[in-house]
Amino acid sequence: MTMIEAIRDALDVALAQDPEVTVFGQDVGFFGGVFRCTAGLQKKHGETRCFDTPISELGIVGAAIGMASYGLKPVVEIQFADYMYPAYDQIVSEAARLRFRSAGEFTCPMVIRMPTGGGIFGAQTHSQSPEALFTHVAGLKTVVPSNPHDAKGLLLAAIADPDPVIFLEPKRIYNGPFDGHHNRPVTAWRSHPLGEVPEGPYTLPLGQAVIRREGAALTVLAYGTMVHVALAAVQEGGIDAEVIDLRTLLPLDLETITTSVRKTRRCVVLHEATLTSGFGAELAALVQAECFWHLEAPVERVTGWDTPYPHTNEWDYFPGPARVAAACHRVLEVK
Amino acid sequence: MTHTALSLRFAAPDVRPGAAPDFSQFQVPVAGEMPRPAIDATPETLRDLAFGMIRVLDDTGQAVGPWADMPDLTDDMRREGLRHMLKLRAYDARMLLAQRQQKPSFYMQHLGEEAVSCAFQRALRPGDMNFPTYRQAGLLIASGYPVKTMMCQVYGNDGDPVRGRQLPVFYSSKEHGFFSISGNLGTQYIQAVGWAMGSAIAGDDKIAAAWIGDGSTAESDFHAAMVFASTYRAPVVLNIVNNQWAISTFQGLARGGAGSFAARGHGFGIPALRVDGNDYLAVLAVARWATERARANLGPTLIEHVTYRAAGHSTSDDPSAYRPSDEDACWPLGDPVLRLKQHLIARGAWSAERHIQAEAEVMAEIAAAQRKAEAIGTLHSGRRPSPAEMFDDVYAEMPPHLRRQRQQAGF
Repeated sequence: MTMIEAIRDALDVALAQDPEVTVFGQDVGFFGGVFRCTAGLQKKHGETRCFDTPISELGIVGAAIGMASYGLKPVVEIQFADYMYPAYDQIVSEAARLRFRSAGEFTCPMVIRMPTGGGIFGAQTHSQSPEALFTHVAGLKTVVPSNPHDAKGLLLAAIADPDPVIFLEPKRIYNGPFDGHHNRPVTAWRSHPLGEVPEGPYTLPLGQAVIRREGAALTVLAYGTMVHVALAAVQEGGIDAEVIDLRTLLPLDLETITTSVRKTRRCVVLHEATLTSGFGAELAALVQAECFWHLEAPVERVTGWDTPYPHTNEWDYFPGPARVAAACHRVLEVK
Repeated sequence: MTHTALSLRFAAPDVRPGAAPDFSQFQVPVAGEMPRPAIDATPETLRDLAFGMIRVLDDTGQAVGPWADMPDLTDDMRREGLRHMLKLRAYDARMLLAQRQQKPSFYMQHLGEEAVSCAFQRALRPGDMNFPTYRQAGLLIASGYPVKTMMCQVYGNDGDPVRGRQLPVFYSSKEHGFFSISGNLGTQYIQAVGWAMGSAIAGDDKIAAAWIGDGSTAESDFHAAMVFASTYRAPVVLNIVNNQWAISTFQGLARGGAGSFAARGHGFGIPALRVDGNDYLAVLAVARWATERARANLGPTLIEHVTYRAAGHSTSDDPSAYRPSDEDACWPLGDPVLRLKQHLIARGAWSAERHIQAEAEVMAEIAAAQRKAEAIGTLHSGRRPSPAEMFDDVYAEMPPHLRRQRQQAGF
């Protein structure tokens, strides 16, 4: 199953098992979404459960907040994470704080799905990774799956969660486990073990990371597309790295991170988003605070450059396997 | 070829401090003249209702015209309406005084606008939901919400249902159909539409009422709400309270070239009414018409309530810096309390003596509630919510990082 099919499957399961779930966004109804994540859902579950909206991210999220406070569970799609900003006030000032400001009287159980990340020649308006803009906000949870199996289980957990969840879908791995080698043939999920998606309902708990590769020499922290880039980089570089897929950025599974870093004593942090004030800064700060006396080398970050995402030179921006491997070697060389 | 040097228009009120108040450009239509169409009339046939003004009470206190036709509205109900407005006014007066004594940090009063929220609430049913701004406490008063609890919220004391987390007057009551208030203006407007959509998706019979001020209609949230309400024909009443002033900016700054705020509804195909907001009976009649439409699944209605903010924006505001200090006394639509009082007296259902007595009773009731609230505490004294509660309700279940921070904070 592709990640698109896994997300559609999760939405299908949620719509079938919970009459309170509603799915809506731009082009998601009749057409089934520009990435096809909602294809067939309107036909199967009806127009009141899955419908098209006007082109207004503010409207989609604002209406979803009202609907959630009424008692439904909206699962909305923002067509690209880059289009999220008109809705940002509603997300930050409203969805995130409604429970707090009403002392639990009004709540906002909703999921905001949005395709994120680059690698599809989408340039600066179809490539951004805004996760740090959400992890910085008290009251939100932020999830980034790296494969179809997790996408389904995490999305069903997000829908079941009583609080607003930002669900970021790395679009470059919608159809296959892209490892950053953009010149090589595309691989498909059907040949990947995590492309095996169980039928029916299952959830993966939010706030639980997973070790994708065990190793002793250093720890690589990654999420989304960068998990696959990390695995390729350490494999090709002959690096004995432990690769951790964070899966949920907030709440963060700090225990899995610190246990690993205390063992390996070295750490590299990856993300596709820009460097400065990125989520990697939070990870690096936590690792130094929790593992300072175990560390043998400064924590390195490998990220997108602090520029807007370029079009023509996309692959010079993307933190590919060569940059990741080089950073790992630098960290390993510190005596 | 000629070239014109381009320039902008900077809208400004007719008069500024130092000049005499001037409402000569403000049209006051004769009461009773606007037709009352059927609730299923098409927006095209309702066009004029967005430019005129629905008024029921005439200058002598008589209820006139088709909108006055509310046969079920007994004298008791009319007196109750007056009492709600008196109560809101007395509550404001006490809280204003308490703020001057620094018992709450801040307060916002309703002086001159009491009819809008007090009357509108009487058209709603239990289970309906208001998405108010900070100047609709009459919705709570008129639904019987305890004044003492409102005061506890204002003081942020241990009796505050929202645990000292919100600015004074940012009340919340699900039971009384009063959605938690946000300070980011306009955000609630589209949420009200979403709530109404939720009710319709669930096949429920409950409706929502959205509230916004004249100034905040400039926010994108207003536009999004109009688009969604219009697109899905959501069961929502969209209220604009035009109280002439958004802090220091006059209503014309947000309205631009439109003839009225109600006229904003026309481009969306949403029936739009403009009502005398200082006329309790007119507001009630219009609220009934719009809520009946929503309940009959005929979709949204936009209502512009024309009123006047007789006091400052808040206790942090001094209106004499931007408008003539006696402008409120010259407001052509008068005082909503005095107008309903005059009506009741004209009906033989009230007297000047009973009015004085009612004012005293209401003030005694408010003062008693205030003593009870202050026995719990104020912002700086008495029992307040524990700081440990700051960490509660950020999430349903406290995540590990917040538990750690609560420990670090020493709670």
